[in-house]
Amino acid sequence: MNELHFPWLELAILLPLLGALVVGGIKSAERARYWTLGILSASLAGTLAAWLDFSRLQAVEAHDRWDLLHWLTGRDLLSLDEFSAPLLGLLSLLGFLTVLGTLKTKIQRVSFGGLLISQAIGLAIFSTREPWLLVGLLTLSVLPPLIELLQREKPIGVYATHLGMFVVFLIAGWWLVSGTGEGEWWHYCGGVLLVVAVLLRSGVAPLHCWMTDLFEHAPFGSSILFVTPMAGAYAAVRLVVPEAPEWSLKLLVWAPMLTSLYAAGMALVQQELRRFFVYLFLSHASLVLVGLETATPEALAGGLSVWFATSLSLAGFGLTLRSVESRLGRISLADYHGLYEHMPNLAILCLVTGLASVGFPGTIGFVSTELLVDGVIHRYPWTGLAIVLAAALNGIAVLKVYFRLFTGPRHSTSICLRARPAERLAVLLLVAVMIGVGVYPQPFLASRFHAAEHLLEDRGGAQLPPMHRDSPPGVPDETERSAAEPDEWEPVLEAGLVTAGRALAAEGFQAKWRPVAGWRTGEGGPRQRNALDDD
Amino acid sequence: MDRNQAFNGLAFLVAGGPALLLAALGLPPLLGWRWSERFAAGLSRLVILVGLTALVGIAVLFWSSGAGEAWVFKASDWVVLEEVHFHFRLELIFDWLSIPFAILSYGLCGLIASFAANYMHREPGYQRFFFLFAMFLLGINTAVLAGSIETLFLGWELVGLSSALLVAFFQERIAPVDNGLRVWSVYRIADAAFLMGAALLHHLTGEGEFARLAGSGGWPNAAISLPEGQALLIGLLMIVAAAGKSALVPFSGWLPRAMEGPTPSSAIFYGALSIHLGTYLLLRLSPLLERVPALAWIVLVLGLLTAVVGSLAGRVQSDVKSALAFASLTQVGLIAIEIGLGLRYLPLLHMIGHACLRTLQLLRAPTLLRDYQLLENALGRHVSNRRNPWPAWLSADQQLRLYRWGLERGYLDAILDRRVVRPFLAIFRWCDQAERKWTDLLSRRPSRESDQVRPTDELLKELR
Repeated sequence: MNELHFPWLELAILLPLLGALVVGGIKSAERARYWTLGILSASLAGTLAAWLDFSRLQAVEAHDRWDLLHWLTGRDLLSLDEFSAPLLGLLSLLGFLTVLGTLKTKIQRVSFGGLLISQAIGLAIFSTREPWLLVGLLTLSVLPPLIELLQREKPIGVYATHLGMFVVFLIAGWWLVSGTGEGEWWHYCGGVLLVVAVLLRSGVAPLHCWMTDLFEHAPFGSSILFVTPMAGAYAAVRLVVPEAPEWSLKLLVWAPMLTSLYAAGMALVQQELRRFFVYLFLSHASLVLVGLETATPEALAGGLSVWFATSLSLAGFGLTLRSVESRLGRISLADYHGLYEHMPNLAILCLVTGLASVGFPGTIGFVSTELLVDGVIHRYPWTGLAIVLAAALNGIAVLKVYFRLFTGPRHSTSICLRARPAERLAVLLLVAVMIGVGVYPQPFLASRFHAAEHLLEDRGGAQLPPMHRDSPPGVPDETERSAAEPDEWEPVLEAGLVTAGRALAAEGFQAKWRPVAGWRTGEGGPRQRNALDDD
Repeated sequence: MDRNQAFNGLAFLVAGGPALLLAALGLPPLLGWRWSERFAAGLSRLVILVGLTALVGIAVLFWSSGAGEAWVFKASDWVVLEEVHFHFRLELIFDWLSIPFAILSYGLCGLIASFAANYMHREPGYQRFFFLFAMFLLGINTAVLAGSIETLFLGWELVGLSSALLVAFFQERIAPVDNGLRVWSVYRIADAAFLMGAALLHHLTGEGEFARLAGSGGWPNAAISLPEGQALLIGLLMIVAAAGKSALVPFSGWLPRAMEGPTPSSAIFYGALSIHLGTYLLLRLSPLLERVPALAWIVLVLGLLTAVVGSLAGRVQSDVKSALAFASLTQVGLIAIEIGLGLRYLPLLHMIGHACLRTLQLLRAPTLLRDYQLLENALGRHVSNRRNPWPAWLSADQQLRLYRWGLERGYLDAILDRRVVRPFLAIFRWCDQAERKWTDLLSRRPSRESDQVRPTDELLKELR
C-alpha cells in the first residue's frame, strides 16, 4: 500500500482525542471554546493535508507514514482512499464550523470535551476499512449523544432502544458473516442483521424515530454533527456493498426510497423547526442510500455526490436554523415570525442552504441529483421517479419554512438579532463550497466517480466466489476486457449479455440464480446484473 | 471574423450577461453589502441592452444565412463522465421559434427594468426586487433558448423560484406569502413532471438528447422517431409540466394569486412571459404532438377548458389585476387550442402579441381610473358598461350559479385542496400521531418537547 508523506490521519484523530483531555480541565467556557477551535482547526488542516497528499500520490489507497498503529498491531488499521478522503475533510470542517457558529451565550451548556471525543471517533470511523475496528468505532460513536442525554436528564428510551439494537445487530451480524462459511444459514442471518443495522443507523423508516427523538432532546449543534456525516451510509459502503447479494441491495434500495418519500411528506406537516429539519435530512440521507445500493457506477457516483452535497448543505441549513433558534428558543412553524428585517443575512443563508439541499441550479446538489436520478432510473425506474418526487416535495417544504421564519408581520425590537460575524463566517464557508462546486462540478464529480469505480471493483472482483466472477457465455471476462480498449468490447459485451441472459433464462438458470444462497453469494459484477436483472 | 465566430461571441453575450448580472446583484448581500438603487437598476438595463443588441445581431446573421436548421451554441460540457456516457451540457439553440421569443423576453424585461427603476423607488425591497428580476431574466432566457434538457430544466427552476419570491415580495402580509408558496408548489410539481419525462426518455431510449423530444431538423418542420407508446407516456408528463407553468386547467388557480406581487413583476411574469412558458414548451415539442394525435387532443381539450374558466371567471372579478389575470388565462387557453389544432406560427404570433398587449395593460393598471377619465373626456360620454355579463337566455337561477362558479374560479383550487392536498397531508399527520405514540411508549412519558413550543414565542410577544 502507498504511504502518505506524514502521519496525517493519526494526527487528525489524536489531536481532538488528546485535546479532549486538555479542554476537560479548563473551567472557563470561553477559553475551552478557543482551545477547541484551535484543536479542530489543526485537525481540519490535518485531514485536508491528508486529502491533498493522497491526491498527489494518485494511488488507490494509502496509509500514514511512520504508522504507530501498524507498529503496534502489525496491520494497516487506518487508511485513506478516494472515497473516504473528502469525507474526512468534510467531517472536520463540520466540527470546526459547528463550534465556530456557537453563540457565546450558549457556550456554557456545550461540552467541548465530549464534542472533541465524538469528533475523534468520527474521524477514526471514516479512516478505517478494517471491519472489526469499524464495528467497534461505530459502537463507540453512539455513546457521546447518550451521555449528553443522560447529563441533561432527558428521556433516553427511544435513542437507547434503537441504537442498542443497532449495536447488537452490527456486532452479531459481522460476527456471523465473518465467522461462518458462505452458503450457511448463519451466514445468511448475519447478512440480514447487518442490513438491519445499517437501516437503523441511517434512520430508514420505520426505524428512524431515534433521530427525531435525538433532535427533540439533545442540543441542535451536536445532533447535527452526529447525523450529517452519515456514518450509517459509511457502514453500508464498507460492510454491506462489497459483499451483499442482490436481494439485500434491493431491500436497501426500496426501504430508503420509501423513506425518502415518507420523510418528505412528514417534513411538510411538521409544526416545529427541529422536527422539520430531521425529516428533511432523513429524506436526503435516504437518497444517498438509494444511490449506494443501486451499485452501478453512475448511481453509486451519484449517491456519493449527493452524500457530500447533502452533508454540506444540510449542515449549513442546520447551522443557520440553529442560529435563529439560539436567539428565539424553540421555534413553532404554525405561524409566521417575520424575522427578515431582524436577520436578513440569516434569511438569505437559510434560503441558499435550503435550496442547495434540494438540488437547486448553481449549487452542488444540482448536478449530483441529476447524476443520481440518471444512474438509478436505468435499474429501478420507479425509484428514479420517486427521487424526483421527493425532491419536489422537499423543495416545497424548504420554501414553506423559509416563509414561516422570515416573512409575516414585522416586529420592532430593542435587541439586535442579527447574525454575529463568526456565525456568518461559518455558514458562508459552507455556502462558498456549495456554490463553488456547483458552478464548477467536474473535478468533484470525476473524483466521486472514480471512488465509485473502486468500490465496485471491490464488490465485483475479489469478494465474489469464482463461479460468479465468470462471465456469462459470449461475454469476455474482466481481465480480457481490461486488456482491450473498453469501447471495443462495449458492443460485444452488450450483445453477449443479451444472448447470455436469454440462454440462462431458457435453461431456468435465473431461478437458481435469484434466490438467496448465502451472504457472499453475489450475482456477478455490476454490468452482469444490469443486463440480467433490470426491472 | 467569420460568421461562426460572430455567432459564438453574440451568443455568449446573450447567455452570459444575465448570469453575470445575477452574480453581481446576488453575491454582495451574502457578504452583507448593498448596492445603491441606481447601480442595481443601471446595471440591469445595461445588461439587457447588450443582450438585446446581441440577440438582434444573431437574428440578422441567422436570417442572412438562410439556414433552415437551428444554430446551436455549445457553452461547454459542464460535466462529462465518459465511462458512463454522462454529459451535462449547457447548450443554447437559435431558430425561428427561440429567437423571436428571446427578443420578446429581453425587450419586455428591458421595459420593466426601466419602469421598475422609478416604480420601486425607495421601496424597502428594491435590491431584492432587482436580484429576483435578474434571476428571472437568466431563467427565462435559459429556458427559451435551451438546447438540452438539462439547460431547459435549469431555466425552469430559476423562473420558478424567482416567480414565487416575487409573488411573496410584500412579505409583511401573509396573503402574498401564502400565494407565493402556492405558486412554488405548482411549479415544483410541474418541474417534477418535466424531470420525470426527461428521466423516462433517458430510461426508455438510452439517451436524454433534447432532439429526441423536439425532433431533428429546423422548427417547425422537425420530426421525431420515438415509438408511439413511449411518446405518449413522455408526452403526458410534458403536458402536465406545461399545464403547471401556463396555468392550464386544473392548475389555473395560481395565476390570479400571483397578482399579489409588485405590478412590474405581475406584468412581465404572469401577464407576458412566465405564463407562456408552458405553451412555448408545447410548441417546442410540437413534433411529439404530431407523433401522437391523442396528445394533441389532450392539449386542445385543456386549452378549451382553460379558456372557458378564464372567460367566465374574468367576467366577475372586482379588481383590475385579477380581471387581467383571467383575461391572460383565456388567451393562453386559446393558444393551447391553436397548438392542439396543429398550428405553429399562429400560436407563436399570438403569444408575442398577447404578451405585449398584456404588459401594457398591467403596467397601466395602477392608473386605470385616470385612463378611463381621459377616455371618457375624449369620447365626450360615459364608456358603456354592461351590467349583466351573462347571456339573457339563461334563467336567473342559472345565471346565479354561473356567477358563483365564476366567483369561485371554477372551484379548481377548492377541488385540488379537497381531493389532493388535504388527504395527502392527513395521511402524514396520522403518521405523525402514530410516531408520537411509539416514542411515548418507548420513553414511558410524553416524548416531545416540541409540543410545548407555542405558536407565538414569548420573545416575539415581547417584541410585539
